[in-house]
Amino acid sequence: MGGRQEKLKGTLLSFVLAGALLLAWQVLTLPSAPPAEVIKGENAEYAQLMGMSSATPASHGFPSPSQFGHDAWQQLQAPFHNSGPNDRGIGWQLGASLLRVFIGYGLAVAVAVPLGLLMGQIPLLARALNPFIQVLRPISPLAWMPIALYTIQNAEECGIFVIFICSLWPVLLNTSFGVARVRREWLDVASTLELGWARRMWLVILPAAAPTIITGMRVGMGIAWLAIVAAEMLVGSSGIGYFVWNQWNNLSISNVILAVLLIGITGMILDTAFSALQRSVGYAE
Amino acid sequence: MIRHFISGLYTSRPSTLACDDASSASICSCGGMHGLSLSRRGLLGTSLAAALTGAVGPAFAATPSATPEKTTLKIGFVPISCAAPLIMAHAKGFFHDEGLTVELQKTAGWALIRDNLLNGNFDASHLLSPMPLALSLGAGHAPTPVRAVTMQNTNGQAITLALKHQNRRDPRSWKGMTFAIPFEFSMHNFLLRAYLAHYGLNPDQDVTLRVTAPPEMVANLKAGNIDGFLGPDPFNQRAVTEQAGFLQILTSQIWDGHPCCALGMTETFIRVHPNTYGAVQRAMIRAAAYMQQAENRQEAAAILSRAEYLNQPEIVIRQGLTGHYADGLGAVRNEPSRSAFSPFPYYSPAIWMIEQMKRWGYLNTPVDERRVAEEVFMLRDVRKQAAALALPDLTPPYASDYPPIQVLGTPFDPAATFAENGKR
Repeated sequence: MGGRQEKLKGTLLSFVLAGALLLAWQVLTLPSAPPAEVIKGENAEYAQLMGMSSATPASHGFPSPSQFGHDAWQQLQAPFHNSGPNDRGIGWQLGASLLRVFIGYGLAVAVAVPLGLLMGQIPLLARALNPFIQVLRPISPLAWMPIALYTIQNAEECGIFVIFICSLWPVLLNTSFGVARVRREWLDVASTLELGWARRMWLVILPAAAPTIITGMRVGMGIAWLAIVAAEMLVGSSGIGYFVWNQWNNLSISNVILAVLLIGITGMILDTAFSALQRSVGYAE
Repeated sequence: MIRHFISGLYTSRPSTLACDDASSASICSCGGMHGLSLSRRGLLGTSLAAALTGAVGPAFAATPSATPEKTTLKIGFVPISCAAPLIMAHAKGFFHDEGLTVELQKTAGWALIRDNLLNGNFDASHLLSPMPLALSLGAGHAPTPVRAVTMQNTNGQAITLALKHQNRRDPRSWKGMTFAIPFEFSMHNFLLRAYLAHYGLNPDQDVTLRVTAPPEMVANLKAGNIDGFLGPDPFNQRAVTEQAGFLQILTSQIWDGHPCCALGMTETFIRVHPNTYGAVQRAMIRAAAYMQQAENRQEAAAILSRAEYLNQPEIVIRQGLTGHYADGLGAVRNEPSRSAFSPFPYYSPAIWMIEQMKRWGYLNTPVDERRVAEEVFMLRDVRKQAAALALPDLTPPYASDYPPIQVLGTPFDPAATFAENGKR
C-alpha cells in the first residue's frame, strides 16, 4: 500500500515539475519591451520588409510554449507528408534515423558479441586486442566522419559506419568482461559433465554472461542514438538530425524543440525496451 | 616557349582529341602526389592540353539533338540564394526539357558537397566559384580536375555587421573583430580580405576569420560571438529581419559583376558523359536567363522559399533578389544590381581568384593562371550553347574572354600577372 502511495506522489511531483517548467518558459518568453538598440524604420514599408506589419506579428527570439504548441501541431498534422527528398514529414525522418541505427547497431552486435565471446575465453586474445580497443573507443563518432566520407564515399553508408563504430565498443567490452567473469565452479561443473563446446557455450556461458552482455548492448544503443543525430546533421539528406539542421537553417526554433523532444522520447523508448530485456535475462546467484 | 606550346595546341586540337583526353585524368591526379613545383608545372601543362581539347569535344558532340548518356542525375546544393538558377532549372522544368531527371540534394556545407562531388555521389554540384580552381590546382585538397560548367550568379553577397557596431562603420576601426566566412575557397573570403586590406587591415593578423555555416552566422551574430560576416543571401537579409545586424556594404558595391557560385562537374564525368554535360549546361543557361529578368524575381522568391529548397521566409529572399530591401538601419534601399545572374564563366575573374589564393598563402607553387583559368572555366562551351539557344532575354556577354575587373575602384589587370609569370 505504502509503495503505491509513494509511486503516486512521484508521478504527482513530475507533473508539478513539468507545470513549473512550462510556466517558467512562458514567463521568460513573454514579449518584453524592445531593447534600446532596436532601429525604428523611416516608414511603414520598412516595418513591412522587416516582417513587423500588423498582419504578420513579430515572432523573433525564442518561441513561447503556445507558439511552440502551434508550430508543433502544424508539423505533427502531417508527419508522413512527402514532397520530394528535401521536404519530408518528421515521421519519415524519425523512421529513416531508426532504420540507420538498427542496421549499424545490428552489424555492431553481430561483430561484437562473437568477438567478445572469444576474447572472454582466450585471455591472450583479449590482451592483444586491448590496446587497439582502448585507443579506438574514446574517439567521438563525428571525428570518424571525414575519414569515413573519404574512404567509404557514400553518405548513407557513412552514417551506418559511424553507428557501427561507436556502438561496437561497449558491446564488445561488456561481452568479453561478462564471459571472463563466469564463475569458475560453473565451468568446472560443465567440464565434469563433459559438455561439448557448443553446449557449454549455449547452456552455461551465454546465460551466465547475458546480463552483462545486455547491459553493454543497452549502453551501445544509447550511444548509437546519440551519434546518429550528430552524424545526420553533418551529412544527412534524411533523418531526424537532418530535420534539426534544416529547421536550424531557417532559425525555426519551435521545430528544433519538437525534434529534440522526439529524439528524447524515442531514446527513452529504446532504453525501456532494453531494460525489459535486461530483466528477462537477469538471475539471482 | 609557353606561347609556342599554346599555339601548337590550338592547331593540333582536333587530331589529338582522343588520346589527350584519355590521359588527362591520370596525369592530373598524380600531379599532386609529386607536389614539386617543377614537375607540377610540366604536368599542369600536359593536362591543360587535354583539358582544352576536352573542352571542345563536348561542344561538338552536345548538339541539342544528342541524347544524354545519363539522364537521371543527382545534383547537390547548399540552400542559399546563389543556387537560384539550379533550383529554377529544377522547378521550372528546364532540366526536364533536356530529357533529364534531376534529384536535388540539399547539403549542409561546402566540404561535404566537395567530397560528394569528387566521390561520385553527386553527378554535378553547386560550388563556390573558386572551388573548381582550388580543386584542380590541389589547394587545400588532393588535386582533382573539376570544371565550372556554368557560372550561376554574380553579386548577391554582403558584409553584415552586428547592430552594436552601427556607429563603427569605418573598416579602419575594425581591428580585433571576428568575421565569419562560409569557406576558405570562396569569393566571400577573398572579397572580405580585399575589403579589409583596402582599408589597411591585415586579414590574417588584425581580425579573426572563422569558417561558419551561414545559418550559424545569423545565430552567432545574435549571440555576439562574431562581429560580422561576409555571407550569402538570404542570410544577410535574415540577419536584418532578425534584428541582429545591418548591411554594411553589398558586394556589388565592392566589385560590380563579380561571380559567386558555379555549377561544377568533375572532368571525368564530362569526358564520359559529354551530352549530359551539354544538356545540363543548356538548362543552367536558360535558368540564369530566367533569373536575370527582374520581373521573374518575385516568382523565383516564392519558389525558393519552399521547404524543399531554401526553407526561408519569402519576404527575406525577395528583398535579396529584387534589391528592394530594408538595410537594418531604418532605411529602405533600392539597389537593383544587388543580385544578378550570368552563366558566363569569364577568365579574368578566375585569374583574380588564383591571384588571391597566392596573395593569401593558399597556393605556394607557381601557377600559370591563364592556362588554369581556360582549362577550368568552360567559357567557350557556354558561349556556344548560349549562341545556339539564342535566348532574347540573356544578358549579352562581353566580347572579350577577359572582361575588365574593378575591385574597390582599383582596376585588376590579368595581363600584368601574365607578364610577371613570363619574367619568372
